[in-house]
Amino acid sequence: MSTTQDPPRDPMARPARLMKRYEPILAILLAAAMITAAILAPWLRFVLTIALAKGIAVLGILLLLRAGQVSFGHAIYIAFGAYVVAFLAPTVNDAALLLALAAVGAGLLGLVIGAFVTRYRQIFFGMLNLAMSMVFYSLLEKLYAITKGSDGIRVEIMPIAGQALDRVAYEWVIFGIALGIALVVAILLRLYLSSPMGEALAGIKTRETRLEFMGVPARGVLLSAYVMSAVVGGIGGALIALTSRHVTPQLAYWTSSGELVFIAILGGAGGVLGPFLGAATYELVRIYAAASFADAWQMILGAVLLLVILFAPGGLWGMAARAIGGRGR
Amino acid sequence: MSEVLLQASGLRLAFGGVKAADGIDLGVMKGEFLAIIGPNGAGKTTFINMTTGYLRPNAGTITYDGRRITGMSPRAIVKLGIARSFQLPQLFVEHTVEQNIALAVASRDGIWSPLTPLLRPRFRDEARDLLGRFGLSAIADTRADALNEGARKLADIAMAVALKPRLLLMDEPTSGVAASEKMEVVETLARVLRDAAVTAVFVEHDMDVVERFADRVAVWSQGRIAALGPPTEVLNDPAVQRDVIGIERHA
Ligand SMILES: Nc1ncnc2c1ncn2[C@@H]1O[C@H](COP(=O)(O)OP(=O)(O)O)[C@@H](O)[C@H]1O
Ligand SMILES: [Mg+2]
Repeated sequence: MSTTQDPPRDPMARPARLMKRYEPILAILLAAAMITAAILAPWLRFVLTIALAKGIAVLGILLLLRAGQVSFGHAIYIAFGAYVVAFLAPTVNDAALLLALAAVGAGLLGLVIGAFVTRYRQIFFGMLNLAMSMVFYSLLEKLYAITKGSDGIRVEIMPIAGQALDRVAYEWVIFGIALGIALVVAILLRLYLSSPMGEALAGIKTRETRLEFMGVPARGVLLSAYVMSAVVGGIGGALIALTSRHVTPQLAYWTSSGELVFIAILGGAGGVLGPFLGAATYELVRIYAAASFADAWQMILGAVLLLVILFAPGGLWGMAARAIGGRGR
Repeated sequence: MSEVLLQASGLRLAFGGVKAADGIDLGVMKGEFLAIIGPNGAGKTTFINMTTGYLRPNAGTITYDGRRITGMSPRAIVKLGIARSFQLPQLFVEHTVEQNIALAVASRDGIWSPLTPLLRPRFRDEARDLLGRFGLSAIADTRADALNEGARKLADIAMAVALKPRLLLMDEPTSGVAASEKMEVVETLARVLRDAAVTAVFVEHDMDVVERFADRVAVWSQGRIAALGPPTEVLNDPAVQRDVIGIERHA
């Protein structure tokens, strides 16, 4: 029987398959490069910890992209995680415990907000997330008595898992924790994405009604992914607070949410390493551009994104995939 | 003799002025293949949509296995053992055919496992076995958006069969299947369904297919059932020949 219309027409299928096999090796290389850079220059250690934190949060954007949904408000979970650290640091006084609290707290917030926003799709989904994040931003700004408004809250160096550390040791351990969490979350997510639950999530993008006719609650599948995305957002935010040691409402501002989507597109949504490639590139370009062209760094970032969208729609991950896949042909 | 599996009584549904269902009474017997014929716009798809919970009738009831299912969600109805395929195939177009079927297999009980692969041996083997029985093994690894219409149609039906329903409703299963392959395809399908003791209701425009495979035929006309009975009787009824088959031949 003749069953296909034309030859397989997904030019990325082969590189994507190859890339999936190389992913663990690339992850190790990327981690090694980050550790080397952090040893060579202390300021890079700071930048890369932030990049890892953002990369972890962007994994949440990647999850929602699987379902064809874009959240323009996910910085709410970063900000929430960061403020959990800032508020509870004086009483809890342990970074490891605060990370866990931030993850759980953000997950609960994600459950509440997700129960509402997962009723909607596409632009409505994106905008409702934006609206939620802006409400949260306003609260952080306006409730000065609690949040100190736009002055923000300082976070002091604190013990980690019961160990009191000096500043350098503290920064190293936070970097190590960020790297460790990034690896673990990336591995778990990679498993999840090829599981029935993860593939059903991708089914929401292409044929949501079919899921219902298979007895699968599409909204439940999306909501669980949304909660996961909130959890990783909260973890990313907590790491940012522990690293920059100063939290402000700016973390929840819509430009911060845009930044997450920006990094997701820059890195590419095809694999779990994309967000980390994207975040590291983003942070480095931002710092170099800001140092060299103080007034024009946003323009430079904009140009970079434009080039990626026009010439490498699969992002940096997709470029790497083509470089690897192309050679074998 | 045989018992009723599905009973529709007094179903009515209007879209604006259009009466898509205008008093449908129909009992589907356990184990039978019931064909639905009738011109476009007669309300055949609407009947399937009401039975599977996609549309809610304005009036009337549907009972399945003695249980009232009117107003239940598609999801709840599937869980009771009623599956459907679609006039326009509803596939996950960015997934391969095998993944599509495996997802349907998984949806029976394994959808919530987040850390084991969809294509684990249990789901993959069952999907492959089903694809084999449908003669679709060669396209297991093809992405659903690269299939021709006939293959899309079959994959769509295979997904519904993968749910292991007791009652399967198929909306024009042979439309899009090449004329030369039609009989072979229906033969295969009928075998798969008989093996699994599935009761089937199918909308069909090809009278040869109806004559050969249906135990009974229901003739739909403007939201009503104009005739019901064995194919030999119904298809030879002059009124049916004039009003339905005549139209079908020219469609
Ligand atoms: N969701 C809907 N909204 C409005 N009109 C509909 C809808 N579904 C069906 N109809 C109308 O109901 C009538 C019956 O449609 P349908 O059941 O699809 O017919 P058939 O499957 O027999 O060709 C048609 O006039 C069609 O336009
Ligand atoms: Mg129809």
